[in-house]
Amino acid sequence: MIYFNNVTKKYKNSICLDDVCISISQGEFVSIVGHSGAGKTTLTKLILAEEKPTAGSVFFDSVDINKLSHKELIKFRRKVGTVFQDFRLLPNKTVYENIAFAMEALDRDDDDIAEDVPRVLELVGLSSKSNLFPHQLSGGEKQRLAIARAIITQPDLLIADEPTGNLDPSNTDEVVELLKRLNEMGTTIILATHNKSIVDQIKKRVITIEGGRIIRDDKEGKYML
Amino acid sequence: MFFVKAKRILVSGCRSFIRSGFTSIASIFIMVITLFFITSLIFLQATLNYSLSEIKNKVDVTVYLIPGADEEEINNVKDILGKLPEVKEVSYTSEEEALTEFKEKHSNDYLTLQALDELDENPLGASLNIKAKDPSQYENIAKYFESDGTFSSDDLMIIDKIDYSQNKVVIDRLNSIIKGAQKLGFALSVILIIISILITFNTVRLIIYMSRDEIGVMKLVGAEGRYIRGPFIVSGVLVGIISSILTVLIYIPVSIWLGNQATDFIGINLYSYYKSNVLQLFIIMLGSGVAIGIISSVFAIRKFLKK
Repeated sequence: MIYFNNVTKKYKNSICLDDVCISISQGEFVSIVGHSGAGKTTLTKLILAEEKPTAGSVFFDSVDINKLSHKELIKFRRKVGTVFQDFRLLPNKTVYENIAFAMEALDRDDDDIAEDVPRVLELVGLSSKSNLFPHQLSGGEKQRLAIARAIITQPDLLIADEPTGNLDPSNTDEVVELLKRLNEMGTTIILATHNKSIVDQIKKRVITIEGGRIIRDDKEGKYML
Repeated sequence: MFFVKAKRILVSGCRSFIRSGFTSIASIFIMVITLFFITSLIFLQATLNYSLSEIKNKVDVTVYLIPGADEEEINNVKDILGKLPEVKEVSYTSEEEALTEFKEKHSNDYLTLQALDELDENPLGASLNIKAKDPSQYENIAKYFESDGTFSSDDLMIIDKIDYSQNKVVIDRLNSIIKGAQKLGFALSVILIIISILITFNTVRLIIYMSRDEIGVMKLVGAEGRYIRGPFIVSGVLVGIISSILTVLIYIPVSIWLGNQATDFIGINLYSYYKSNVLQLFIIMLGSGVAIGIISSVFAIRKFLKK
């Protein structure tokens, strides 16, 4: 599904990713672990074509995503759900509207939106806060909203960059369970994190990055650094 | 789906306009200043045009006829003059009228009146006063009196003198002043309007720049360019509409004040002018406001959509 072909990414003089080769198949649950600044976020940005590689190419279903036209890129991004470290919510929209927007962008009709949004809100435990704005939510609630927005469109691939960074242990477990369930339903998940306990709990493939290079790639790995 | 999308864009644009609060007020404020400026320049042009037409009306050329000229000949000359394309109006002053006017004008000048009484007959001839459609045409009108066939030699016989040559310098200078004032007024208006539009444009750009992260998120969830741009354009249109209404309202007290204070000075009552032209002015403001709002939004957002 995703293939990194000798990808290098440099920002001015610092190297973030150095000659990386990864292959991720459909339906996999891959945890990417490493210290802060190891290159995890850069990796996720490259998959979304938010950043272009300095050298090498990134393929999605055998297509080089950096060669997609503007329209094709829009269609590609609709297949990918994203959850970020910094939430990236729409500040002028309510909790409900933030999630509904993702569906509206995909041209879903009003009935679907009215049906799906409350369901997802319940799933992430934000039903009672649907009319609040992001700035009125706590960090954990913002993250749950971001996850709700990412999964509402039932994407083929979900990229989660530190999704549990701001959650308490019980919420973290819920989110991990949620991710696992989505994976069981067929969604490919890429989880970038430095939370040891959740990686060990998932018991799936673990790719370890350090200094922009892949130092381990274990099929059923643990967090080892 | 088209109507559903249009409705979503409209609702989203209105919501973000209301929720942006201070930012929306700031852009309305800047837009009101721009529209106020544009309207002021329209007022200025109106005042200038009025003053210029007043001055133009004061310029004329008088054809003095010899005393005792035949009434029929005079009428003939008057008719020919009236048919000339450059001539706006010809008025006839008879010998008696000329005398009455002369006496009125010199009613305090006892010596002159006494000298006039010494004469047995009226020394003043009749005259034809010509007003041209445009001051630049007096020279052409004067040329008709040179024997080019427009008037017969009999017609020319009754003409004593034409005061065009005496007024020529004044008329020429006035002409160049009028043309200069019109050009300067136009150039000044264009420059000032461009400056104020640029200021609004940059304000809108700044506001959209503040939303760049939001635009980035919209792109990431796979929203189409149109769908992202739409609500910003709706907000721009709202700013235009509200600003034009505010500007029209602000101009009511301003024009009343100007009407009270400046009518004697500039010769035109700006309140009456505003009252009779308020609809056209509102349409101009609404049109400019909405156009500036849309164009600024489209240009400002283009940069972020391309990335």
